[in-house]
Amino acid sequence: MTLMKSLMGAAAAVALTAGAALAEPALIFDLGGKFDKSFNEAAHNGASRWAEETGGTYREIEMQSEAQREQALRRFAEAGSNPIITMGFGMADPLAAVAADYPDTTFVVVDVTWLDAPNLRQVGFAEHEGSYLVGMMAAMASKTGTVGFIGGMDVPLIRHFGCGYAQGAKAVNPDINVVANMTGTTPAAWNDPVKGSELTKAQISQGADVVYAAAGGTGVGVLQTAADEGILSIGVDSNQNHLHPGKVLTSMLKRVDVAVYEAMKAGEDVETGVFVMGLSEDGVGYAMDENNAPLVSDDMKAAVDKARQDIIDGNVSVVSYYENDSCPALQF
Amino acid sequence: MEKMPKWADVVLIPIISLLLATILSAIVILAIGENPVEAVNLMVTGALGSTYGWGYTLYYATNFIFTGLAVAVAFHARLFNIGGEGQAMLGGLGVAIVCLSVPWPHWTIALLAACAASMIFGAAWAAIPAYLQAKRGSHIVITTIMFNFIAAAFLNYMLVNVMRPQGSQDPATARFPEAVHLPTFQSMFSSAENIVFRGAPANISFFVAILACIVVWALIWRTRLGYEIRAYGHSETGAVYAGISPVRITIIAMLISGALAGMMAINNVMGEAERLVLNSTEGAGFIGIAVALMGRSHPFGVFLAAILFGFLYQGGAELALWTSIPRELIVVIQALVILFTGALDNMVRMPLEKIFLSFRKGAE
Repeated sequence: MTLMKSLMGAAAAVALTAGAALAEPALIFDLGGKFDKSFNEAAHNGASRWAEETGGTYREIEMQSEAQREQALRRFAEAGSNPIITMGFGMADPLAAVAADYPDTTFVVVDVTWLDAPNLRQVGFAEHEGSYLVGMMAAMASKTGTVGFIGGMDVPLIRHFGCGYAQGAKAVNPDINVVANMTGTTPAAWNDPVKGSELTKAQISQGADVVYAAAGGTGVGVLQTAADEGILSIGVDSNQNHLHPGKVLTSMLKRVDVAVYEAMKAGEDVETGVFVMGLSEDGVGYAMDENNAPLVSDDMKAAVDKARQDIIDGNVSVVSYYENDSCPALQF
Repeated sequence: MEKMPKWADVVLIPIISLLLATILSAIVILAIGENPVEAVNLMVTGALGSTYGWGYTLYYATNFIFTGLAVAVAFHARLFNIGGEGQAMLGGLGVAIVCLSVPWPHWTIALLAACAASMIFGAAWAAIPAYLQAKRGSHIVITTIMFNFIAAAFLNYMLVNVMRPQGSQDPATARFPEAVHLPTFQSMFSSAENIVFRGAPANISFFVAILACIVVWALIWRTRLGYEIRAYGHSETGAVYAGISPVRITIIAMLISGALAGMMAINNVMGEAERLVLNSTEGAGFIGIAVALMGRSHPFGVFLAAILFGFLYQGGAELALWTSIPRELIVVIQALVILFTGALDNMVRMPLEKIFLSFRKGAE
């Protein structure tokens, strides 16, 4: 009897959600999955915040295979979801193929800025500017004159992070040694904390005393090992200062959550076009809270804030790796 | 004497296994507070209930047929090729080079060239482990799995540094030109008023895969080479006594195996993505091992097992789309089906044999 009840209840719930599907937003996570402690999780946080504040509901799916990208876009569009928010550069090509078939649906894509479609909102981030600032802090906090960078998968986006970081470090100390490693060449590199830990130890043995992890879930291992070995680390995407209070120098913030939240809040009428969120839009930045306050001196903070203003005003320009697929400050 | 009739072996055991897996999956789904009937219904109608669902099921199945056949051929020579993943990656590279560098006039010629290129690249990637096994005795399991990692690193290098179009941040090649796009089931089977297989990625390479099944069957059971491969697999010393060269058979079997794995690229690279992306194989090389084991290394068995796995992939995708069942649990459900149909075969077989034996005793 109770089983029957719960069965019928579940069926009713399914029927209800099916009925309310009209103009519900949808969120498509990338292969890393919803709880990657980083990029996708930031999107999840933004969406949950919207759901809590408005009481709204949204559909979501975590990608499991490349062929599902176009499939999920089409199925959600046909089910009436609007806007459809997608994560990551892997969605660029499927969107280019699908967007024109559903002119009444608005698509939002994070980390893509180079497509051309009228019903598409493309949100990019100036990760090199934020990385520049934390690179400066790393160089100022380093006593050995060597700082480390640990990337996730070896793709242009992560080189873009590393390039800004190296430029920032060299702006403070032109002689600084920047050690850079990538975790791997497959998507598994986004979620390999053990490898992240090994790379951190390797970089410590090369003298690094500050490491910056731009590696999704792999970064958890980097931050852990850095804390265990008594050196400083820098988190990425979300504010990760709280993971190891007093051991994480700062975090490079990339406000994916804000991008997702705002797209959901605007709903179907979300503005389309290309939006690059840099320092001036607070799309990227560095994190300060009570966990890292003792680590950051007033001089450091003043220098970084000045650089931030200089970049916004255009007095300092940070070279983007994308401009000519190479980096002036770091060799990959 | 047979313990039970052939039809029971071929039909009854898989069906009972599937039933058990379904029941266990239902308990798992119930435990997290979702409706199992709804879930099974979603999986079945999502994967098999429409031409659209079939289009995805058969697309995945095509990948698994190629990699399953690859493992099966090597298995007949008692070689465990777990490098299908790397060989398929390299096959993709071959397809991409062929499709992008030559202005093909028509897809038929391009398909032939792409088949050849994917076979050559895949076979070449299998050749080194094969040589090391044949001449140096390095174990094929170790070398082929190592070559998967080398393939991933090599492909990453090629896509990030060599083949990526200027300005694109996505590590992938440019799109292949229109002329080499393979006809999908939608364009092949739709009429003006009735559009079937809408948007589904299944394409003509499914028929190439069926052709490959037939060729492999003929090769293994109807040719002298196939006989030598099987003889070597059954007993190396016996084969040597019969004048069969172990070196030659090891290398030839692995070359065929690598070529078949590489051919998967005509489906996922040329047929679906129409460009080469970093993550194009997505573990199909490893699924091929399960497919070959479940299919008892017979091409027809591989074909059926590949369809089952295609159903699980597409059904799982539908579950992920329309329910809040987390994707980890979808993998659990898929694994349960694999476990019951593939690995726990004897659990069903032995009691069933006893039942049939007792029937027979009763009849005597």
